[in-house]
Amino acid sequence: MAERRTIRTDYLARVEGEGSMTVVLENGRVDHVELRIFEPPRFFEALLRGRSFTEAPDITARICGICPVAYQTSAVNALESLCGAEIPEPVRILRRLLYCGEWIESHALHVYMLHAPDFLGYAGAVELAQDAPDIVARGLALKKTGNELMALVGGREIHPINVRVGGFYRAPTTRELRAHVEPLERAREAALETVRWAAGFEFPEREVECDLVALSQPGEYAIERGRIRSSAGLDIAPAEYDEHFREEHVERSTALHSRTSDGGVYLCGPLARYTLNHDALSPLALEAAREAGLGPTCRDPFRSILVRGVELVYACDEALRLIDIYEEPDAPAVEVTPVAGTGYGASEAPRGLLYHRYRIDGEGTILDAKIVPPTSQNQDAIEADLRDVVSRHTHLEDDGLRHLCEQTIRNYDPCISCATHFLTLEVERR
Amino acid sequence: MSGRRVVVGVGNPYRGDDGAGLAVAERLRGRLPDGVELAECADEPTRLLDAWDGADAALVVDAVASGGEPGTVHRFDASAEPIPARVFRSSTHAFGIAEAIELSRALGTLPPRIVVYGIEGAAFTAGEGLTVPVEAAVGRAAEAVLDDIRDEEERCTSTP
Repeated sequence: MAERRTIRTDYLARVEGEGSMTVVLENGRVDHVELRIFEPPRFFEALLRGRSFTEAPDITARICGICPVAYQTSAVNALESLCGAEIPEPVRILRRLLYCGEWIESHALHVYMLHAPDFLGYAGAVELAQDAPDIVARGLALKKTGNELMALVGGREIHPINVRVGGFYRAPTTRELRAHVEPLERAREAALETVRWAAGFEFPEREVECDLVALSQPGEYAIERGRIRSSAGLDIAPAEYDEHFREEHVERSTALHSRTSDGGVYLCGPLARYTLNHDALSPLALEAAREAGLGPTCRDPFRSILVRGVELVYACDEALRLIDIYEEPDAPAVEVTPVAGTGYGASEAPRGLLYHRYRIDGEGTILDAKIVPPTSQNQDAIEADLRDVVSRHTHLEDDGLRHLCEQTIRNYDPCISCATHFLTLEVERR
Repeated sequence: MSGRRVVVGVGNPYRGDDGAGLAVAERLRGRLPDGVELAECADEPTRLLDAWDGADAALVVDAVASGGEPGTVHRFDASAEPIPARVFRSSTHAFGIAEAIELSRALGTLPPRIVVYGIEGAAFTAGEGLTVPVEAAVGRAAEAVLDDIRDEEERCTSTP
């Protein structure tokens, strides 16, 4: 007699079947694992058609409330490269600074509010805050420093409106930026404490074997620009993305799954960035990584909390360096004249590689847009990890298994607002 | 009441009725008594802690999906006890308004008076615009918020 178990996790439930996970066990063996994520980019791709190319950063910023800068940056990268715009160095420095603010905000949120409670045996940040308010307050203060930097450079922290194709509407003064030095120095100290704190957590020994993909840029830890590289040796321009990666339909799943062109599963995000670009970290970030026991590579999804901590140190450190070298530009933006054709852009969203492609006509009207967020690219890698985790813990009761699945998913910081607003978990045993 | 007061509209305008709280905030723009601030929260709920930081009173408006009749306006007083998390569990990373309130309570930063309005939504799929019953509820919710503020002011002036 066949025994069938289904475990489902619904993190949230405003929209049926969206952002849910299903695991089906048959006779104690994993039959099927499926992560269903909502894909608002499809909606925004449709929304972009027929609009002016200058509207792309504003529209795409609304895809995600946590990483609007990533969407804006990939959009302007694509359109500026198509139109041959040369971005002056002070403007590029501002973009990187703005992006550092987003990394600080997003990583602090994930580390403190979502990930750490798993390691400390708490149901969530609320329970952690009841026992350790000072620690949670430290995380929120760190996050706020990132938000404030985004507010100054981006114009407004949520859906920054100061970013435009060609640069910014307004460039901050050196004096305005200097006001952020002290908060950032405090944030950098808090980030170092974060790494030391998380280094004391217990980590199960675990490694993912798939290909790792991230941007790389000579001389810096790639954030707002770079070539796409992989642990398997790939090294391409963003314009070649579609030749090397594809989205395909997979049996029993409604979502498109990203694969390498030879069908391989890959992972982007902090582990990929750290493993491919470790040497480009600042001396202080490297020191923090060493102290936390990280080697030059990290393929452990649980230890991604340490890597996010190291990236928090780096983002604070780098923001301070950028403020130090910043000189006010002659103009906040360069004029960009539309050129008919297809433009490609990528940047490192906090969760990983974010790819945009736009086809525009000579008037600057968007004819076609494609947006591939990191969580979609990571979907197969997360499912593979879940399958493996579940197959080694089939003896657990449903609740225990569900909790383990949730932790496994949280290790990847899937963008629930980009990829799903609501996540549910269902385990079906049969 | 002399301290800071704030009304916060919460939601995502690109998820249908999820934009209800923001629509209420928009409706209240320019209509709030002097000294009452208006804020919007369209990203993640820990931002609510910044919005009501240091306030004596906060009125928060969001969409809910509790299975009730679309357009129903619920009111929860969270000053002394948690609001039903399940009703509001809707935001990014399973961290919603209910969690933001409890987090703030644990950190000792929750305003002494906090009221949450929940507008029962019908459709939360991708797209702009509210459904008819929710659109109709926006005006009622805005009036309810204004009534709440007036009641509070009357109570404060009658018991100095």
